[in-house]
Amino acid sequence: MLYANDLACVKGDRPLFRGLSLRVAPGDLLRVAGPNGYGKTSLLRILCGLAMPESGEIRWNDVPVNRDRESYHRSLLYLGHAPALNDLLSPLENLRFACSSGGDKVDEDACIDALVRIGLAQQLDLPARVLSQGQRRRVGLARLFLEADRKLWILDEPFTALDVAAVADLTATLSEHCAAGGMVVLTTHQDAPFAKAPTVLDLAEVAC
Amino acid sequence: MSRALGPFAAVLGRDLLLAWRGRADVLVTLAFFVVVVCLFPFGVGAEPNQLRAIAPGVLWVAALLSTLLSLHRLFAQDHADGTLEQLLLTPEPTVLWVVAKICAHWIATGLPLVIVAPGLALLFDVEQGALGVLVLSLALGTPILALLGAVGAALTLGLRGGGMLLALLVLPLFVPVLIFGAGAVDAYLSGSGAQAHLLLLGGGLLGSLALAPLACAAALRIAVE
Repeated sequence: MLYANDLACVKGDRPLFRGLSLRVAPGDLLRVAGPNGYGKTSLLRILCGLAMPESGEIRWNDVPVNRDRESYHRSLLYLGHAPALNDLLSPLENLRFACSSGGDKVDEDACIDALVRIGLAQQLDLPARVLSQGQRRRVGLARLFLEADRKLWILDEPFTALDVAAVADLTATLSEHCAAGGMVVLTTHQDAPFAKAPTVLDLAEVAC
Repeated sequence: MSRALGPFAAVLGRDLLLAWRGRADVLVTLAFFVVVVCLFPFGVGAEPNQLRAIAPGVLWVAALLSTLLSLHRLFAQDHADGTLEQLLLTPEPTVLWVVAKICAHWIATGLPLVIVAPGLALLFDVEQGALGVLVLSLALGTPILALLGAVGAALTLGLRGGGMLLALLVLPLFVPVLIFGAGAVDAYLSGSGAQAHLLLLGGGLLGSLALAPLACAAALRIAVE
């Protein structure tokens, strides 16, 4: 269970939000909403531990995350704005590296299956630099099929640059993950067709 | 243990593969080293005694400069494409993959210098026995340059004009390595033996191997924040 208490975030000398608390229990899908510049990405980065909050505390299974970073990050999958693709490597090599550098055992066939499922069957061995924006996005998202045993998914704008079919497949995957006891925190400006309506956290309500 | 070795091997393997795919960059660094060394005889004249005397210093300064040339690449690409964030979120200690990256960087940029150095030393008529000392001093010294340089590269990551700042930051730190590296060959040639210099370089290598990755990891965390 992810629990954040009384978070405050300051960018430069501008306070973005204050007194933000949230709770994500197994099975929850939390959508962070709010206009541009209200700190959605900042909040996600704080939640996953890439940035420090100005004040407040984040707990994972009732342990503060800065006290047991390892077990928190073992359960966390974060996909940010940047797709973490190296242009000189193929989608398959990129995906394999993303999994193995995280300490997960990866099977080459499982990686291929994930890329085929996300619609990159033709691009497996091409260098990533020739991929379109949507295809680059998909390589990152393919990790979702491989790392379902990571309980908490934090996704920053996962639907950007995806076509309708891909959005539907992704929402189904996210719903499946939640149904299996996983947790998802995401930001999006699109209305995605979720089976069960997500809980919404509106940053405009806690803005300074 | 094997759990920690997986990510180390993954990062090392990937960075070596990337160095191979982008080998033009690696060759430019090596070519720079060769050209800089070859310029000196034209500049100072072909008097053999003089060339012999300046050879260790010239080779070492050239190695230092060409190390500097490639340093900014160490984290820049991973920072730009988001890989650095993902690596920072891996459960394994940050130090582990930082060392893997520095290793791969040294193998791609430092090791070639060590290999071509004896050939270039022959241009300066350095005697046979001193070649071994030169290679040994470079083999011990260039990893120190990579380790110290990595701290500078991490500190200047994402800054405007980071390249110049990086040079100003790390060149003073390279001075002791230069003194003991070039000094080792001089000491051998003067007959007093290179052992002390080489031991000091070895000690410096162990010290920087222990401390530089920690500093580097802290700087990287700040850089992505």
